[in-house]
Amino acid sequence: MKSRFTLLSLLGGDGGLGKVHELIREIRVGRVMTTNMYTVAPDDLMSELKELMREHHISGVPVVEEGTLAGIVSIEDLIHSLEEGKLDSPVRDFMTSGELIVARANEPVMEAVRRFEVTKIGRMPVLDTQDNLVGIITRGDIIEALLAALQEVYSEAERIHDHPDYFFEALESDSTSLVLRYNVKHRDFARGGDASAKIKQALLRIGASPVLARRVAIATYEAEINLIIHTDNGGTITADIKPYEISVLAEDRGPGIPDVELARQPGYSTATPEIREMGFGAGMGLVNIDRCTDDMSIWSALGIGTRLQMIFRVSPEETKRNGTG
Amino acid sequence: MQINEIVEKLGLTVLVGADNLKVDVAGGYVADLLSCVIAGAKPQDLWVTLQTHVNIVAVAALKEVAGIVVAESAVVPDATLEKAKQQGVVMLSSPLPVYETVKQLVALGL
Repeated sequence: MKSRFTLLSLLGGDGGLGKVHELIREIRVGRVMTTNMYTVAPDDLMSELKELMREHHISGVPVVEEGTLAGIVSIEDLIHSLEEGKLDSPVRDFMTSGELIVARANEPVMEAVRRFEVTKIGRMPVLDTQDNLVGIITRGDIIEALLAALQEVYSEAERIHDHPDYFFEALESDSTSLVLRYNVKHRDFARGGDASAKIKQALLRIGASPVLARRVAIATYEAEINLIIHTDNGGTITADIKPYEISVLAEDRGPGIPDVELARQPGYSTATPEIREMGFGAGMGLVNIDRCTDDMSIWSALGIGTRLQMIFRVSPEETKRNGTG
Repeated sequence: MQINEIVEKLGLTVLVGADNLKVDVAGGYVADLLSCVIAGAKPQDLWVTLQTHVNIVAVAALKEVAGIVVAESAVVPDATLEKAKQQGVVMLSSPLPVYETVKQLVALGL
């Protein structure tokens, strides 16, 4: 439950707010109320009530008669009895009874908060669905519970911040990965490098070392530029990020590379003079990719397209947690 | 050595990143072919080039160079300047040819 909240709010970018919102809407009175409470009977004396309140530092007590709630008696009622010099009177004479304002154990805390707001009372007896008295709730109880929940959200957020790769640990599956997809348009030089820059940023955010992030970004940049320069209709870049390995796939639908081995030779390029003027076409793209990856493979067929797969293994020193911190 | 010191001593023009010149420069790199820069430049290098196309910004950001020095007062397109602003890449301009610019950088001890 905790992980679900954290991950969703992380993905949604709303920090802990999602969880707080959920808490306020979802928490039931039964979870926040005090169950360990004192009660008095209608025939108990106000002097006995005074002792009970003083001893336990409480300001309001439910009055129970034969197992059911008969009323509530507060410190203000006690003051009235003191003013009138009637400490030896029974609680019955001073308690509030009749249409009592109560809370239900199964109602959301938010409802109780509203009732406190409207009625200006300090506490409510809590009843279950059979009208049995099961607890008492004050504004203090609610504030305490929400503060505790906030604290939890906060520590969780801090933990994610300190150890972003906790992101992966929080998800259980036989193989968890984060997949990022980018469309790269043919000839879109203005946005050239955007996909690789975004992948780099994502890697840094989830805890990769700067060295690893740069390695992946450089190889991806070369692949991205290849899609921009050499394809008929652009292509896609898909980064599949696992805690121990990152795979980046650049795919297009043509025209395909006539001779892959030749294309991998340093200095070999089919770039036009116009492309070379922009600083491309050094014939070093695939060479650079090879240098940055732990494994690369190219599949290409004329008229069909090209698939370039780049594998980066995450060495232990390439996660922040084990590395530079 | 920081960029602002180099700008001052060489009389370079700051095209982009005037508020961002307190960056340490570790060394230099010269090339106009982007793949060479990608392969050879190191983080915090000052990259001297004649290339002004918008893609030099992506490469500079990718390699985390300290800044780009465009030599011979080559005219830099607005798209390049705009992208450099967005990506926080420092761009400088030198009136001298690449060779002379590099000689001055070397004389500074870079």
